[in-house]
Amino acid sequence: MKKRRFGLDFWSIVTIGILITFGLFLIYPLVSLFIDGFLAEETGKFTLNHFIRFFTKKYYYRSLINSLKLTACVTVCSLVIGVPLAYFMSFFKIRGKGILEILIIISMMSPNFIGAYSWILMLGRSGLVTTFLREMFGINLPSIYGFGGMLLVFSLKLYPFIYMYVSGAIKKIDVAVYEAAESLGCHGVRIVSTVVLPLVTPTAVASALMVFMNCMADFGTPALIGEGYDVLPTKIYIEFVGESGGSAHFASAMAMLMIVITATLYLLQKYYVNKKSFTMSSMRPVQPSKLSGPRNVLMHAFIYVLVAMSIIPQAVVVWTSFRKTEVQYFVEGYSLDSYRKIFSTALSSIKNTYLYCFIALIIIIVLGMLIAYLSVRRRNTVTNLIDTLAMFPYIVPGSVLGITLLLAFNGKGDPFILSGTALIIIVSLVIRRLAYTLRSSSAILYQISPSVEEAAISLGDTPLRAFVKVTAKMMMPGVVSGAVLSWITLINELSSSVMLYTASTRTMSVAIYNEVIRASYGTAAALASILTATTVISLVAFFKISGSKDVTI
Amino acid sequence: MSVSIGINHVCKKFGDNVIIPDLSVDIKNEEFFTLLGPSGCGKTTLLRMIAGFNSIEAGEISFGDQVINHQPTYDRNIGMVFQSYAIFPHLNVRRNVEYGLRIRKTPKAEMDRRVDEMLQLVKIDEYQDRLPERLSGGQQQRVALARAIVIHPQVLLMDEPLSNLDAKLRVEMRTVIRDIQKKVGITTVYVTHDQEEALAISDRIAVMNHGVIQQVGTPHDIYARPANVFVSTFIGHSNLFYATVLCEGGSKAIRFANGYTCVMNNLKDEVKNGQKVVVAIRPEEFAVESEGLTCKVISRTFLGRYTNYFLDFAEGMCVPDQPSIEFSQDLGHAEKLFDAGDTLVLKPNPAKLNVFTEDMEHSLIKG
Repeated sequence: MKKRRFGLDFWSIVTIGILITFGLFLIYPLVSLFIDGFLAEETGKFTLNHFIRFFTKKYYYRSLINSLKLTACVTVCSLVIGVPLAYFMSFFKIRGKGILEILIIISMMSPNFIGAYSWILMLGRSGLVTTFLREMFGINLPSIYGFGGMLLVFSLKLYPFIYMYVSGAIKKIDVAVYEAAESLGCHGVRIVSTVVLPLVTPTAVASALMVFMNCMADFGTPALIGEGYDVLPTKIYIEFVGESGGSAHFASAMAMLMIVITATLYLLQKYYVNKKSFTMSSMRPVQPSKLSGPRNVLMHAFIYVLVAMSIIPQAVVVWTSFRKTEVQYFVEGYSLDSYRKIFSTALSSIKNTYLYCFIALIIIIVLGMLIAYLSVRRRNTVTNLIDTLAMFPYIVPGSVLGITLLLAFNGKGDPFILSGTALIIIVSLVIRRLAYTLRSSSAILYQISPSVEEAAISLGDTPLRAFVKVTAKMMMPGVVSGAVLSWITLINELSSSVMLYTASTRTMSVAIYNEVIRASYGTAAALASILTATTVISLVAFFKISGSKDVTI
Repeated sequence: MSVSIGINHVCKKFGDNVIIPDLSVDIKNEEFFTLLGPSGCGKTTLLRMIAGFNSIEAGEISFGDQVINHQPTYDRNIGMVFQSYAIFPHLNVRRNVEYGLRIRKTPKAEMDRRVDEMLQLVKIDEYQDRLPERLSGGQQQRVALARAIVIHPQVLLMDEPLSNLDAKLRVEMRTVIRDIQKKVGITTVYVTHDQEEALAISDRIAVMNHGVIQQVGTPHDIYARPANVFVSTFIGHSNLFYATVLCEGGSKAIRFANGYTCVMNNLKDEVKNGQKVVVAIRPEEFAVESEGLTCKVISRTFLGRYTNYFLDFAEGMCVPDQPSIEFSQDLGHAEKLFDAGDTLVLKPNPAKLNVFTEDMEHSLIKG
């Protein structure tokens, strides 16, 4: 009866709490960003000058064109690699398929900038392969720096998204549909073009968007090997933190442009997929068949070369970390120097990474479960809004998110001052990586009958107790598998942290970035190896917990 | 257009696992032929061999006089309806039905005419622009049927097409399928595990078990004169009793374990005096009389048109381990209902009885 009087039960309080949190850390910063983009630097008055400046000066608008060009090419390349790979792996028997899949996932989960860095180690100016070919054969390889290198790095990093999603879609195709086409007189390539491809197209489009967003928003790769090829995220970064007369408001305007582009694309994709999608339920999934002769050899060659190119960069990083260095140059032989060095100079970044990510993960798990519960079990306008808001960071590039948080909490009439603290990094991590845990928590919640919880309440539990003791426990498998993905992406986060870090809040990925910029390749490799090892161990945990290799969200 | 199907000593193995050891049957042109049996009996395997989705390890399958063993599915000119319907989810109804004609490069005008005709025949023309996911199960089934028939296949193959529908729709759709099959006049092989469906729809039925055809016959033959105890108990319910053959002079009879004797002159000549046999009596073949087989009522179930009694007989009367022994009392003629615990005397109808060898493998009724 007491509860009646206040009119608030446990879940209403949670709803309000989450709304306030999102309002403060997501909506308010984004709104500030939009306003800042329209304000003049000195006077603080409304102006369109930032946009006029951007679109009239080639120095600026070129970066947008470059970004779009690069991203479009990367998306096409990823599709061209990922879709056939998914087709081959699903329809034909491939030797070592299990291992190949794990290698593909590892290469997907490790961050883009480490990929870029290892390609520098191999094909950069003093790279292994470059030096070898130059000294042995006098061959000069084309430069890895610039457009071509980025296309290579991004395509190899991002095709796994397409592969994972499209494979998932192929698994849902009932083999009877394939047989139906055959019984109607169709065969070979024609079935692929009239049945298989149309069935996976909506999924391919959705995954292509992920690739597009990921590539468009990535800061580390272009920063490391872009060199002359400016893209929007690097321009924003330079403008924002640059000592050479940067402007935060101008950076905000550019960041806004970027959100507009990604949001538009996201909406277009959603519209398309909603319109084109259809439900498939597979009674008998496709069974891989054996291919023989030269076609089989070609197919295996394609897959092996591709997977090798995806995973070799990881291996090279690890190998490099054990090479002997003198000052900053590699010499003959092996040693643990690089590791010794990072334990003396970069130990705090390792500690920071695990500490921040652990705190962020706890918050993500709690928030993810609560929001999942609200949006699945207490469906109404407010909880739908929360669910949408939680997915919003999906379209906000990491570097842009970093800037918005900085601008919103750096003093001058802001609610708090958070800039420079560990808290702001943790907040950005939570916002960026909540979606994984949230999605997998809702997915499992849809499979748990509400009556289980109602039974607990009918037996005298309070709603809070029923949730904690019954529903939350049943949700755990889904929550944990989502949390592992959140964790992996947390520890590898660079693009927002690089905007927010200070000397004392530096994380490992930022430290790697700094070391590479300083051409201190040995220590960068050692840090990257620790990061890779953590990623691989976490992935193994994920496979064990979830019992599957499905890491898509 | 339509052809007969000859299946000649075919064998199917998956690795060392023999699914169908040696099977022969001839399916007549324009016949509605059903493969009926419990799950795992090899009926779907056989159908998929005819379709070309399964290889044939030995023997031959022919369409008309053409052996099709090595023809790939897409060259066999078959129409197939799948258990899951296998409608192309990305194509609307009309496009689904057109698919096979497009593959055959049918001229546009002819294609349109045939598709229109077919959509009307299966009564889905009003849904032709819909995507399959917006159709009910019955409508999807009609699309699958239209898509299979519109290409004028030599044979129509159907793999448990009604098993995903609810009971009422199943009855409705089987009539639709039957009518359309007769209208189009196409040799049809139909797979089901539902005996009622098979009886209702087929010209002839092959009852299969463990990859072997137990009996081929019209629905009536199979129900009334099953070839062995498996068929007798798989199709409808049969109560199994032990009995002994009596041959006296030119007359033959069977004597049940309690001494009750039925004259049965339709027993085969091979039976010997004193031979032990198994007698199958269907629940509706009993009548309450003053003499016959004595039993106790365990329970009764009221089913509207009739009442079913579950019975208990004296030790040694019946074959052990039967799921139940039942008597159906036709309420159109019943004088009184019985209660649990009542003792009944039931007289079997000798004209309907089926008598099998003691090993239950062969019928001893002249046929």
